[in-house]
Amino acid sequence: MARNLTKANGMGDPYKKKLTWKTLYEQRYLLMMSVPFVIWVLIFKYIPIWGWTMAFQNFRPGRSFFEQQWVGFKHFIDLFQDPMFYQVMRNTLAMSFLGLIFGFTLPIIFALLLNEVRHIAFKRTIQTVSYLPHFVSWVIVASLFTEMLAVDGGVINNILLSLNIIDKPVQFLAKGEWFWGILTAVDVWKELGWNSIIYLAAITAIDPSLYEAAIVDGAGRFKQMWHVTLPGIKSTILVILIMNIGWLISIGFEKQFLLGNNLVKDYSDVLDLYILNYGIGLARYSYGTAIGIFKSVVSILLVFLANLFARKSGEGNIV
Amino acid sequence: MLRRSAGDRVIDLLIYLLLIVIGVITLYPFINILAISLNDAADTVKGGVYLWPREFTLDNYKTVFGYPQLLTAAKVSFLRTVIGTALSVFSSAMLAYTLSRKDFVFRKPFTILFILTMYFSGGMVPEYFLIRDLKLIGNFWVYILPGLIGAWNVIVLRSYIDGLPISLQESAQLDGANDFVIFTRIILPLAVPVIATIALFVAVFQWNSWFDTFLYASSDKNLTTLQYELMKILQNTNTSMNSDSWRTGSNQQGSRVSPQSIRATITIVATVPILIVYPFMQKYFVQGLTLGAVKS
Repeated sequence: MARNLTKANGMGDPYKKKLTWKTLYEQRYLLMMSVPFVIWVLIFKYIPIWGWTMAFQNFRPGRSFFEQQWVGFKHFIDLFQDPMFYQVMRNTLAMSFLGLIFGFTLPIIFALLLNEVRHIAFKRTIQTVSYLPHFVSWVIVASLFTEMLAVDGGVINNILLSLNIIDKPVQFLAKGEWFWGILTAVDVWKELGWNSIIYLAAITAIDPSLYEAAIVDGAGRFKQMWHVTLPGIKSTILVILIMNIGWLISIGFEKQFLLGNNLVKDYSDVLDLYILNYGIGLARYSYGTAIGIFKSVVSILLVFLANLFARKSGEGNIV
Repeated sequence: MLRRSAGDRVIDLLIYLLLIVIGVITLYPFINILAISLNDAADTVKGGVYLWPREFTLDNYKTVFGYPQLLTAAKVSFLRTVIGTALSVFSSAMLAYTLSRKDFVFRKPFTILFILTMYFSGGMVPEYFLIRDLKLIGNFWVYILPGLIGAWNVIVLRSYIDGLPISLQESAQLDGANDFVIFTRIILPLAVPVIATIALFVAVFQWNSWFDTFLYASSDKNLTTLQYELMKILQNTNTSMNSDSWRTGSNQQGSRVSPQSIRATITIVATVPILIVYPFMQKYFVQGLTLGAVKS
């Protein structure tokens, strides 16, 4: 059979085929099944990379590539001289690091707590409930928390009022300096359960005889947690930590866009919102592209840096 | 292990309590908004609706479903979820199959072409111009085409297909089946577990999307989605409580509504489909995560 999969072709790789017209004809179905998607990826993923040239022009829509005015690094220089840029970088990094501190550690603690539960039905119920918010959109989450934090009749204000912690309702979503905290809390609410799955899976892989040995040595529950469970999931924790570092700058804009408003924008505007508002909203296309390039380059650098750490810490390549 | 001391029991009690509190905090915002959506709008404004509706009514739902705009939104959300998921999963699986074939001459370059897209993107502005130049603005396919293939999904599918026994493919080839037939008759049925996992994730993503509507279809009323409608109401609430289209619309109908109740009701309408598929998802998503973990 001509198209026999296992047909040996010379010595080396038994599957390896030479690129000839005959092979192309033999593999015409494979080509028909893949080439349309290769065209798709070239159009939708690689043409926008070509669009990076816009950052070095004073791009005007409607003109051809050769009619554009070239300005070199002008937009990058403008970017680094814009005080707004430093503000959005501060906000992006602040929310990233808060996410790293709480969004990263709390799921580990949650997984450790769940691991202590011996009633399977109870454990399942808590897990089912805690994964749910991961699947609803940020629009819905923003709507839920706008309601919870409402000034007139919002549940959180009412609770604080009845406990006499505050004497008049607080406008939570209008206080700029609270925005980072509120956003981090809502993010933890949404992803706590979901992010704990990976640790729970890692915990099940720990050898039970280690616990038995620890008990023989007289270890209590916290000592078992500290000396057996945590070391058992150490490598998982490291991998997740390193991946999070790689994503430091790519925190997106959905939650900031949806929970933020004009009153808090000094604290809620992040890098992607800056691109949206300046690059598309104000039609400063070249400037917006330049910010996008800056973001891409920094995030690729972070990913490589994270990978380097991973290799150094003996976890192998993770990306 | 068997005998548990009093101290142990106290710790147990604390852990259970803490977990119950976490569970309640997770569920409560949904319950609160459900209660508000089922409560009389004029009564809700007085505040104090916590767990259940004080003056039960279905008026909010009647009002919401009375808006032609919302019916369009529900229809578009449904269509993009169904069509988008079907096309994306079929395309990704077909591509993954060709990339799993060790004898395929372009296996390496094509794989690299897709994997590279996981590390960079052109950014918002160049993508916007691409969509514009492709005449996709204000076109339903703007919801389907740009996200047709996810490199990550292709890798997960490919590693699953790699794990299938090769003998089945070989015997089909001996029977003279072409590669497309092998894919549809043999690979697809065998890959159902991983396809189900990916389909659920793509479906949730499609259902939850709002930004593409915001950026590419906001001027076209026929392409609005539920999430986008909810987003607009939310933005109105956040900036100011001045009159919006929803309130004016309701006045014409003469029923009692408030933006707050309308928002709560649409929130529930947009959440319910997720709740319906959630039990099925639970079965698959842990499996999907493990698949991804094995690969990386």
